[in-house]
Amino acid sequence: MSEAIRTSDGELLSVKLKKVESRRRATAFLLVTPLLLFILIAYIFPIFQMLIRSVDNTEMNQLLSKTAIVIEKWDGKELPPEEVTSTFYYELKDLIANKKHGKIATRLNYEKGGFTSLIKKTARKLDKFDENGNFLDQFMDVHKRWADIEYWLALKRGTQAFHGRKYLTTFDYEQKFDGSIEKIPEKKRINVTLWLRTIFVAVGVTLCCFILAYPIAHLLAALPTRYANLLMICVLLPFWTSLLVRTSSWMVLLQTQGVLNDILVSIGIVADDNRLELMYNMTGTFIAMTQILLPFMVLPLYSVMKTIQPSLMRAAVSMGSTPFNAFRKIYFPLTYPGISAGSILVFVLAIGYYITPALVGGSKGVLISNRIAYHMQKSLDWGLATAMAGVLLIAVLVVYWLYNRIVGIDNMRLG
Amino acid sequence: MSEVKQDFVKFEQVDKSYDGELLVVKGLDLDIAQGEFLTLLGPSGSGKTTTLMMLAGFETPTNGEIYLDGSPISNIPPHKRGIGMVFQNYALFPHLSVYENLAFPLKVRKIPKEVIDEKISKTLAMVSLSDFANRMPAQLSGGQQQRVAVARSLVFDPQLVLMDEPLGALDKNLRESMQYELKHIHESLGVTVVYVTHDQSEALTMSNRIAVFNDGYIQQLSNPNDLYETPVNSFVAEFIGENNTITGTVKEISGGQAKVETDTGESVIANPIAVSSVGEKTKMSLRPERVSINPDNSENKFEATVKEIIYHGDHTRVRVNILNDDQFILKIPNSSDEIKLNVDDKVQLGWTGHDCRALDF
Repeated sequence: MSEAIRTSDGELLSVKLKKVESRRRATAFLLVTPLLLFILIAYIFPIFQMLIRSVDNTEMNQLLSKTAIVIEKWDGKELPPEEVTSTFYYELKDLIANKKHGKIATRLNYEKGGFTSLIKKTARKLDKFDENGNFLDQFMDVHKRWADIEYWLALKRGTQAFHGRKYLTTFDYEQKFDGSIEKIPEKKRINVTLWLRTIFVAVGVTLCCFILAYPIAHLLAALPTRYANLLMICVLLPFWTSLLVRTSSWMVLLQTQGVLNDILVSIGIVADDNRLELMYNMTGTFIAMTQILLPFMVLPLYSVMKTIQPSLMRAAVSMGSTPFNAFRKIYFPLTYPGISAGSILVFVLAIGYYITPALVGGSKGVLISNRIAYHMQKSLDWGLATAMAGVLLIAVLVVYWLYNRIVGIDNMRLG
Repeated sequence: MSEVKQDFVKFEQVDKSYDGELLVVKGLDLDIAQGEFLTLLGPSGSGKTTTLMMLAGFETPTNGEIYLDGSPISNIPPHKRGIGMVFQNYALFPHLSVYENLAFPLKVRKIPKEVIDEKISKTLAMVSLSDFANRMPAQLSGGQQQRVAVARSLVFDPQLVLMDEPLGALDKNLRESMQYELKHIHESLGVTVVYVTHDQSEALTMSNRIAVFNDGYIQQLSNPNDLYETPVNSFVAEFIGENNTITGTVKEISGGQAKVETDTGESVIANPIAVSSVGEKTKMSLRPERVSINPDNSENKFEATVKEIIYHGDHTRVRVNILNDDQFILKIPNSSDEIKLNVDDKVQLGWTGHDCRALDF
């Protein structure tokens, strides 16, 4: 029988090896800890927060905590019982005393229009309430809207701690008070249009980038190093210029009285009184985004093409294939990893692009990201903004998942 | 049986220049017979690969014409020439399996599937890779990849196969066994092969004829035996095999022998190959194995001092100082009656005037 191998200090070699290995792993982990923490704090946590916020309504739930509990038991078939109205009265009274009733008015107004004025009017007259009388009647006396059961249903809904209705709004749907899900009125629909436009622009920009980048990348890979470096600098130049500067220079070029139109008019292609509308529409968004995202397509393509031996094409031709067929059957399939990596990069960047569409897109060229910004900054409906951002995030994750299924993430080459 | 065409491939006064100033191939005339294994041998930059690429169609001659089976081919694009080719780095298509790699030239020719299958299995059997049809190139060893590359160049039955340093990337043992394998394939198929290499032992082993290239010219075109035994100039003598060079001036030429005075003033009898007049400077070439130790009677006999002894298994190489040249090499076969030599020993060395070839300077 063979004896166990021991180290010079008498320890079992297998045990010792394990110790050394685990010590090495601990050191490695220690070294990446700062980055791990940074990602956790600056990336994972905010995204998690955002996703929570899209369904979170705990603030309202806490402001009207007692009402929330009693109204939850109400079946909503007819006007609420005295238990609900009285609880609501006392809580509203406290809120008015603390000057917090404005907040609930805004939030309840998201649930049903007209709530802001209703709360304000009620607040003014609340001190005249007889605390021994019937609260529902007194509410109805203050404002006839309290006789409409939908306002009470809106109150019930508005005090729930969590709900997913913002996601319905994201796709232009709403939940009626009877629980049914319907499309919102046609003239209010905008989000689906924006989603479709965003996807259309992202796919289109990806295609344009691919068509423009493929020959450039091929040229880069085929040229001698000296010229290739120079050309590479030209490709990378946009990276060294501020995004805002580039977008504004596109504005200078593309506007109706801009450089491009002036040239076209002076050559005589376009009449002076019929200048091309190249900006504040989809055309502008397309042109500017394609230019800005082009390097993200060129670099992965170039890095893949650089590894393809020129002799492969020669081999194919020597075997009797025409140069075009050799390209189609040999060269092009070998560039798939670059095409897919470049496409996914450009697509993912394009689907969430903000500055360029905001500046050159006008109303016809804005994308979903601009809508998200609008809800963050103007309408202050953060729930809706984060729900939209959440959908965007999921869309990108689905693209990655598809990519991994079809191409395999290991095949990605990013330069 | 039809007669073997002696000029199956014919280069006629072919020049090639890349930059319009420097000719890399100069006035090349070369006939290649059908079924021949011809090697283009030479140092890098000698024009051998350019010659091959002109034949394949990837480079066009600046002047002159190349004929394949009697018809000029300068204006025929490479994919219509029907010439098989093996590349230095194999050039296997990495995204296609071995089968698909071999099927590529056949599919291009629109050959029916059954015939393709049959041809591929036959060709794979020839290179003993029958079980590897479904492997990807990356799953094969270097030698196997090379065999696939060879199989792919032969699978569509070309009349002519070009090989551009195909064994350069293999290790020594594999290279040697592949040399024999290629030689046997050539013999069994009777296909014409033009082979480019810078490895002289490879050229000597495999070829029917060897064209030694240097400086854009063919220096010598002959069979391996003649090339080694009777080099016509000092470049070929030095490039092929091991060689001792003695420089000197011709003093006398008579009766098929030349008397040459070396730089140290000694007189050497030599075979006048490339010298014709008295007073010419010459480089004399002498193979190490043609030098004998303590000869009984020899036309040339000089004293030498042993400088270094290197044991090589089957033979021993001895570096000596003779005629004031301490790079002079001799080879002693490893036999039982071996002469014992030690460093700093003084020995008499001799050789015949016939073996000492007086070439150009």
